[in-house]
Amino acid sequence: MKSMKSKTELKTDITIIFAGDSGDGIQLTGAQFTNTAALLGNDISTFPNFPAEIRAPQGSLAGVSGFQLRFGSIEIFTPGDSADVLVVMNAAALKANLPQLKKGGTILADAEGFDLKNLKLAKYPEGINPLKDGSLDQFKLYELNISKLTRNALEGSGLGTKEIDRSKNMFVLGFIYWLYTRDIENSLEYIKEKFKTSPALIEANSKVLKAGYYFGETSESIFSRVEVKAAKLEKGTYRNITGNQASALGLLASAHKSGLKLFYSGYPITPASDILHELAKNKNFGVKTFQAEDEIAAISAAIGASFGGSLGVTASSGPGIALKAEAIGLALMLEIPLLIINVQRGGPSTGLPTKTEQSDLLQAIHGRNGEAPVAVIAASGPADSFDTIVEAVRIAIEHMTPVFFLSDGYIANGSEPWKFPTIEEVAEIKTSFARQRSSEDPKFLPYKRNEKLVREWAIPGTAGLEHRVGGLEKENETGNISYDPDNHELMVKLREEKIASIASYIPLQKIDSGANSGNLLILGWGSTYGAIKTATLKAIGQGYKVSHAHIRYLNPLPLNLGDLLIRFDQVLIPELNNGQLIKLIREKYLIPAIGLNKIKGLPFTTEEIYTKIKQLSTQRSEKQVSIQG
Amino acid sequence: MIDKKEMEKTFTSKELLTDQEIRWCPGCGDYSILKQVQTVLPELGLKRENIVFISGIGCSSRFPYYMETFGMHSIHGRATAIASGLKASRPELSVWIVTGDGDALSIGGNHFIHLLRRNFDVNILLFNNEIYGLTKGQYSPTSPKGQISKSTPVGSIDHPFNPLALSIGAGATFIARAMDRDPIQLRELLKRTHQHKGTSLLEIYQNCNVFNDGAFEVYTEKATKKEETLFLHQGAPLLFGSGHDKGIWLDGLKPRIVHLNDRSADELWIHDEKDKTKAGLLVNFFDDPSSINHFPRPFGVFYEEEKETYEDALNQQLEEAIKLKKADINELLRGRNTWEIN
Ligand code: SF4
Repeated sequence: MKSMKSKTELKTDITIIFAGDSGDGIQLTGAQFTNTAALLGNDISTFPNFPAEIRAPQGSLAGVSGFQLRFGSIEIFTPGDSADVLVVMNAAALKANLPQLKKGGTILADAEGFDLKNLKLAKYPEGINPLKDGSLDQFKLYELNISKLTRNALEGSGLGTKEIDRSKNMFVLGFIYWLYTRDIENSLEYIKEKFKTSPALIEANSKVLKAGYYFGETSESIFSRVEVKAAKLEKGTYRNITGNQASALGLLASAHKSGLKLFYSGYPITPASDILHELAKNKNFGVKTFQAEDEIAAISAAIGASFGGSLGVTASSGPGIALKAEAIGLALMLEIPLLIINVQRGGPSTGLPTKTEQSDLLQAIHGRNGEAPVAVIAASGPADSFDTIVEAVRIAIEHMTPVFFLSDGYIANGSEPWKFPTIEEVAEIKTSFARQRSSEDPKFLPYKRNEKLVREWAIPGTAGLEHRVGGLEKENETGNISYDPDNHELMVKLREEKIASIASYIPLQKIDSGANSGNLLILGWGSTYGAIKTATLKAIGQGYKVSHAHIRYLNPLPLNLGDLLIRFDQVLIPELNNGQLIKLIREKYLIPAIGLNKIKGLPFTTEEIYTKIKQLSTQRSEKQVSIQG
Repeated sequence: MIDKKEMEKTFTSKELLTDQEIRWCPGCGDYSILKQVQTVLPELGLKRENIVFISGIGCSSRFPYYMETFGMHSIHGRATAIASGLKASRPELSVWIVTGDGDALSIGGNHFIHLLRRNFDVNILLFNNEIYGLTKGQYSPTSPKGQISKSTPVGSIDHPFNPLALSIGAGATFIARAMDRDPIQLRELLKRTHQHKGTSLLEIYQNCNVFNDGAFEVYTEKATKKEETLFLHQGAPLLFGSGHDKGIWLDGLKPRIVHLNDRSADELWIHDEKDKTKAGLLVNFFDDPSSINHFPRPFGVFYEEEKETYEDALNQQLEEAIKLKKADINELLRGRNTWEIN
């Protein structure tokens, strides 16, 4: 590429939203830019926003697909509250995303997407074109002829109009690369790989990508370029990763570490299916994937595999988890390891399949018949899904129990740089099976427990261990059916204590940012991590006495959590639900925690949390003043 | 076929007894089935520790508690799905599913048909007593229309499932029917069930003497048995009747009952377990025994087909993937695009 001629502005971070029709290749454009930015050392966070329908009518509001990304030379924890730049391929994309654009932000619009037909589909009143009527005056609006320029670039290529139009996302990508002083080499490589079976498409897409870039060079008088330098991240080697990918890798790493064979069974469901796809690609690691006939079969097969000594895993989302409830109860009676992944989405019922929510926490903790405790653990972001799932597997195996791993749509599809470990650096998982017995040995007692209250994993094929398990209440130690009243109470308490005692084998709760005591603690869990962290750091910078702690272990809770909470005057619990963790915290620690709840299918913005911090801190100081006065 | 070595007993029937008191009602058909299974298992050349019995919920599903093997008494309808996961991950185990008409065909109907189509090498013993026994007497998906039960005081209006027709439709590779009161044939069919590589479905008519006594008596009682039953033998003509004097003759694809006075035995339908078309006709010998001109009810092996099992196909895919690309976990963690921060 030619060297830069125009003046370049330096920025610490930029948020871009790419939006268009679901057929416009928006996700690909976003993912490509993400990769290139990451390769140049920017910190980055992404948030794809899919339409619920696979092929909603072209140009309609329901069919808008978006990809938000924020990259920076500073540490980035969220994909940004609002965008600096909005790239829209049609009128519907503009309408759906305009509220996310900062005042004074830049709009790049493909003129062709604003013809009469598109305006009508986007439900603009007749005769109104937002590009023309001055309604966008508070933004920097650039109308580009993206479709036309793409067609010009491919004139004489022999490709049909449809195919040509399909590559207009490459024009956008090329132009954005120029705008942010990025090289196009990485994407040229990608194009070669993606279309390796069709030289014509390699040529066409490369040409359009370059055309977009050159378009920037020739119009530099209009646009000023922006540079975002590499971020000062921790030293090391990084890759980009989504939450679902990290979960899949975490499972493969856990299988490796535990020495167990991985058996993964699932039933297709949004947004969990990608984990199944990812594992099915990696059969050479010996992972057996099983697409079951329904959610119940999926977990049942995983139970069968765990009973046989494999690492049984099943994944789903809220409605599917509801169907699995009875089988989870069975697994906890059998006291065998089992991992249940819930990639949460908006509920109840079918709810909002493509939107994010944290409303299945109480389902995970309580959602079964009888007294049925299981361990529950949640990832805080895409990269954290890896370590958290390894922890979940460790608990399942070392404590012989079903474990819930909670993720959500935001974590699953979002991506960020990951300083990946080598397998040697991944935590150890100790696996042991009950040993063979001869007729001289005392009779095998399947429900005899060790000091952790954990029974032995006695798998078929081991002579002398023949025994029966099942969902009926067990007699202590022998595991025979028992209807004895005292035995039932004893077993309920033992199962409860077994889960509670996991608390002694997990790390203590740490403060993530801020002091160890003070005015206000923000207590979060799951995917709200980035927004809370960013808001907390901002507030600390402004002189507020606020701290942030983020819970990974939700059942049992860390042993020191109660002590930690009482060191703060106020505890704020932000959740993407109607208040679930707050119920657990209030009940267990009897503190008047304050909720901040958002139930819109969308993540928190930093601003929403920051505003709440300000409000609580101001109220607090006013109260103090009035008491003192 | 079982070879000599396999015939050596590796454990005795007595070693299969557990210390658990059997909880079935006295006189229940389940006792006979348990006895025949305990008699046959030692003759199959299996190691006791490699045998697993998995059941769902219902009277029959108590079965694993009475077998000194590995066992799981699971949840209602799911034994088939649990067994699928076990067999997929541990193909070397001998996996037996014990289920009933409610467990397999009602609450577990979905898993049942999908197990059959996948063809895991497992054995299904379907105890059919045409009633819900454990919940004290409601009609089941195999109860005949008009069945009087606690939940159908004036008679059921459901049409029953024909379990074997359902199975053949689902792609079953082994289908057989036995009854609790015919221990000799039951033992023979249990062996065949085990020998078949693929999902074997053995339906066993089982008398629930408490809630549905005599549901199958026309097939088991001396007075009617000969007229009402048709025993299938590979390569032999379909003969039945008190004097073995009646047979089934195929008029094109239409089975007809003929008298041996009118047709010779060689003209009759010759049983061929490998013939799916004929099996499709045979499973539909499902008439109400009180109807006029009804067909006798067949017992024996209806159909057997050799087909790749799910676990073999699964393992083959894994082996091929391993041959194509060595598994390197660190390479996988790295991914394809990385960058350095110094
Ligand atoms: S209720 Fe019927 S099936 Fe159940 S044990 Fe008693 S006799 Fe047997």
